[in-house]
Amino acid sequence: MRIQVNGDWREVSAGWLAGALADLGYAGTVVSTAVNGEFVAVQAREHTPLAEGDRLEVLAPMQGG
Amino acid sequence: MLSVYDIPLRSRLFLGTARYPSPALLSAAVRAAGAEVVTVSLRRESGGERSGQGFWSLIRELGVRVLPNTAGCHSVKEAVTTAHMAREVFGTPWIKLEVIGEDDTLQPDVFGLTEAARILSAEGFQVFPYTTEDLVVAARLLEAGCRVLMPWGAPIGSGRGLNNLFALRALRAHFPEVPLIIDAGIGVPSHAAQALELGFDAVLINTAVAQARDPVQMAGAFAQAVAAGSAARAAGPIEVRDLAVPSTPVIGTAFRG
Repeated sequence: MRIQVNGDWREVSAGWLAGALADLGYAGTVVSTAVNGEFVAVQAREHTPLAEGDRLEVLAPMQGG
Repeated sequence: MLSVYDIPLRSRLFLGTARYPSPALLSAAVRAAGAEVVTVSLRRESGGERSGQGFWSLIRELGVRVLPNTAGCHSVKEAVTTAHMAREVFGTPWIKLEVIGEDDTLQPDVFGLTEAARILSAEGFQVFPYTTEDLVVAARLLEAGCRVLMPWGAPIGSGRGLNNLFALRALRAHFPEVPLIIDAGIGVPSHAAQALELGFDAVLINTAVAQARDPVQMAGAFAQAVAAGSAARAAGPIEVRDLAVPSTPVIGTAFRG
């Protein structure tokens, strides 16, 4: 299944958010997620389905002013 | 002592964490500034990349309080979603709310800002809105639930200091009980001292320290300026006058009469 991850098209095999994050190499990292512009909390990742063409944002801590 | 959202703070110098030459210099600058609050952000990270994780470890080792921002957001929706994501990652209800309205000046979109502040305050966030010096906007932000305001001194990164002294003085006078933190535009320590002398409660500095030739020395200089400005405010500055007043007593002046 192809989804957009931080603006780039990526292939993932899992059909739910937690699985897709593992597919994409985010296991064990502190990140926050949004699907199609809506925040998805850590606890909800196991129960959040993904569909072809979904837009996933994965954000990590970064320097800021 | 300064108190923001019921958190007492000894330091009136908030420091941004962006644009330093190295993580080591960032850490050293935070220590030299004596900052208790640093701003942080969220950015896209690809799987396998670990730069964000390293940065977050470094900040936690410093033992400072973090104020996440919504930098780069241009709409209410983006800012609100980013705030939710930041609250989860950083574990704080504090959010430095930025809704940018114009890219050349990075001027806040005060309409979107007010709307986002209302939504986030209702959801339990403690909002630090990056705003202009506009009095009416300030009043709307306070109505929306903000208990701190962060007016700009000048455009972000411009180093111009306090551009609109008249309006900033008016803002201070109108809201004597509201913590006001000058955010953006400060270039040198004298600008920071001036802000504190005018009665602003704190300043947030980033570029002026991070991009200085010696960021650590500059962080220390800002700490001294903020301490001096704060002490001067407490000491009660004299009123500005148009004409001279002799400082030496005139009674008994020689060769007169």
